[in-house]
Amino acid sequence: MKTRSIAKRAAGAAAAVAALALLAGCGGAETPSGDQSTGAAGSPGAADPAGGALVVGVTSDVDTLFPWKATQFNTVNVMQVIYGTLTEFDQDLNVAPGIAESWEISDDRLTLTFHLRQGVKFADGSDCDSADVKFSLDKIADEATAAVARAQLSSIASVAAPDAATVVLNLTSPDAGLVSSLASINVAILSSDDTEEALNETPNGTGPFKLKERKPSQSLTLERNGNYWGDPAKLDTVEFRVIPDETSIVTAMQSGNVHLAVFDDPLVAESAETSANAVIQEQAQLAYHVLQLNATKGELTDVNVRLAIQCAIDRQQVLDAAALGEGAITGPITSPAFRSDPSARPCPDRDLDKAAEYLAKAGKADGIKLKVMVSQGEYATSVNEAQSIQAQLADAKIEVELEVLESGAYVDRWLAADFDAAVALNGGRPDPDQAYSRYFTSTGNLNAVAGFSSPELDRLFAEGRSSASKEERESIYTEISSILEDNAAWVWLFTSYTYTATTADVSGYVPMANDSMQYLRTTALG
Amino acid sequence: MLTRVLHSSITRRFVTALGTLFGVAVLVFAMLRAIPGDQVTAQFGIESGALTAAQRASLESYYGLDQPLFVQFFSWLGNVLTGNQGFSARSHMSVAELTALSLPVTIELAIITIVFSLLLGVPLGMLSASKPNSARDAFGQVIALAGLSIPAFLLGSSVMAWAASSWGENPNGQAFAQLAENPGLNLRQMILPAAVLAFGIAAPIMRTTRTAVLDVRSKDFIRTARAKGLAPRRIQFRHVLTNALVPITTMTGLQFGYLLGGAIVIEQVFSLPGIGRQVLVGIEQKEYAVVQSTILIIAVCFVLVNLLTDILYRVIDPRVRAL
Repeated sequence: MKTRSIAKRAAGAAAAVAALALLAGCGGAETPSGDQSTGAAGSPGAADPAGGALVVGVTSDVDTLFPWKATQFNTVNVMQVIYGTLTEFDQDLNVAPGIAESWEISDDRLTLTFHLRQGVKFADGSDCDSADVKFSLDKIADEATAAVARAQLSSIASVAAPDAATVVLNLTSPDAGLVSSLASINVAILSSDDTEEALNETPNGTGPFKLKERKPSQSLTLERNGNYWGDPAKLDTVEFRVIPDETSIVTAMQSGNVHLAVFDDPLVAESAETSANAVIQEQAQLAYHVLQLNATKGELTDVNVRLAIQCAIDRQQVLDAAALGEGAITGPITSPAFRSDPSARPCPDRDLDKAAEYLAKAGKADGIKLKVMVSQGEYATSVNEAQSIQAQLADAKIEVELEVLESGAYVDRWLAADFDAAVALNGGRPDPDQAYSRYFTSTGNLNAVAGFSSPELDRLFAEGRSSASKEERESIYTEISSILEDNAAWVWLFTSYTYTATTADVSGYVPMANDSMQYLRTTALG
Repeated sequence: MLTRVLHSSITRRFVTALGTLFGVAVLVFAMLRAIPGDQVTAQFGIESGALTAAQRASLESYYGLDQPLFVQFFSWLGNVLTGNQGFSARSHMSVAELTALSLPVTIELAIITIVFSLLLGVPLGMLSASKPNSARDAFGQVIALAGLSIPAFLLGSSVMAWAASSWGENPNGQAFAQLAENPGLNLRQMILPAAVLAFGIAAPIMRTTRTAVLDVRSKDFIRTARAKGLAPRRIQFRHVLTNALVPITTMTGLQFGYLLGGAIVIEQVFSLPGIGRQVLVGIEQKEYAVVQSTILIIAVCFVLVNLLTDILYRVIDPRVRAL
């Protein structure tokens, strides 16, 4: 009896396995139709002549559909093509018209008037006019909204909408960086009829795409927004498919399931090029790799100690060791229009004698100990950078103790300025005021993290904001840059690339230095 | 009467299970709070440094972080007991809806994996045991050692890359298909990850089988069976394997339980939206309710699988039934 029942079970199991194998076999035989049923996405070769369905491989799902709270890389990218802003960046990061067709600034530079484009509509078909702009800017300023861009718009005293096509911003003080701040997707213009709750369900923007379908943790699919004011997007749909492992994204490109992906690890990009025949576009980034020194802590309060650290580090060597030399050494300001001269610093090249001199001047000829924190896993090169710095500083009698932290723990301590020195990858901004006033002015909201400020810097940043001429601003930021370097506030290391990998049938995509994927709107497939 | 109920093994088991689940709930709650950062820093990263105090307060009240820990715990527990496991702001879905999507994926993967690993592990274990310390034993042992020592992520990515480059076959690069909506594609997406997982899980099953079979073979009743002239094959299957099934079932049940916790690495490599990834993303985003409720669900599954294993003993082994 017992034997029989076991035999029956075994037979059942065998049948189940056979059925599985059969199903799997059928699936295999059905490949072409299977692909079609999952959308043209599955097979780039069979692209729809009308536009096609692009698949972008991403490692994480969006964490919100509300643009004012979007800070994560992939979330920002998705919001960028759904929503619109008053101004935009062109591919060289110059400020260009967006929902606002033109703008002018009053002579006292305290009134900024925007003239809105005619016929701008939200995805739901309603008109986007000055009331929506006023609603959006007022809401962002409201602390209860918890919008991340609030601090960048703090110079706006009030917003007026004298007629449907005009918006007037009254400023508390001149702010040359404001038109650039307004191009951030965190200042997306929302319809005054919408709420955060509703938009998290159904986004409603003025951008070239709108939401078609979302499967949390799996994919998010956008379709062309027929109400977009600009040239309509060429693609029918764009699917952001979540493939958590970068190597698996490369494999998916190889099998033609994914058409576009952005990598920050040169090794992964290389494997995409060789094994998946992807076209790689390198794009220098605004974000910069830096050794942040906390000048309010211990021995680092002495400028000579900080300079000794600057002199003991060969930036090129860090770049070579950590990122295969893929990138360029940098000074503080990375935006193309205001770029700092990387060699304008007390030690443009590694100089151990000078490092020893500075240490002696600080009364630390026998060397010092330094704790450096670094996050693991946030970006590919972090720990390698820290190890290269550790080895180099050891030659200058600066003994580095590395604290390798999980990224949540790192961010926590970074925000609390609870570190002596930190290896960081900080996001750059097109305008140097946006990039650095929050760090290096005494009232900046990240000044504690920066650990350095001076009345002179406060004055220069204020001048930079109120100045109208580009030449004047250039010279102000050059001066700021040299103050930061002469005081070794931080040790700026290098900027790296992102690598956009596309399959051969993708055209019209332009990567940008601020990581934006806004040119999905000009991308075509096939 | 009452004492009999209290002492009955089912009741005792039930009470123990409830205690275990409560312990799991407290532990997970405490561990999550011990991880640096909260949902605000997880969402905004370093930008949370730019938030004003009022902005921060508004967010904390939105996420319920402004409540004392004690209140947070019991309001969550109370909600779970009334069937509300919480809401994921990130996915804009309730935890119940998320789990309804992810748990079937994990269960399916676990079942296929267990079938594969039994098909590999049991014959291999019997082969090894059939002649201990011989070449065929070494063969079995080496395969098991390889299963234990080759990391799943490495094997997974290699196999996937190899299949994609040699046959252009990469179902896992396509959007995930639920079993009900596209069974063909779904099974193709499951085969490789299940095979890779099974390779690792077959190892302990093989070793348990080998030990159990060797143990049973040394028993008197086998010698008797042999002495009365039963065919070796019949002895092997009817007497040896049947009696070796209990430890194999224990090991299989245990492995199945672990698999229900989600094979996070394999889910990552093969882009399967299973329950392991739901927990992982929840931890990354510090979505406390998501993680707490999901882990509780996993714990319930684990307890249920253990219970099932115990019941299986009774089916397999009349000696247990007699107890």
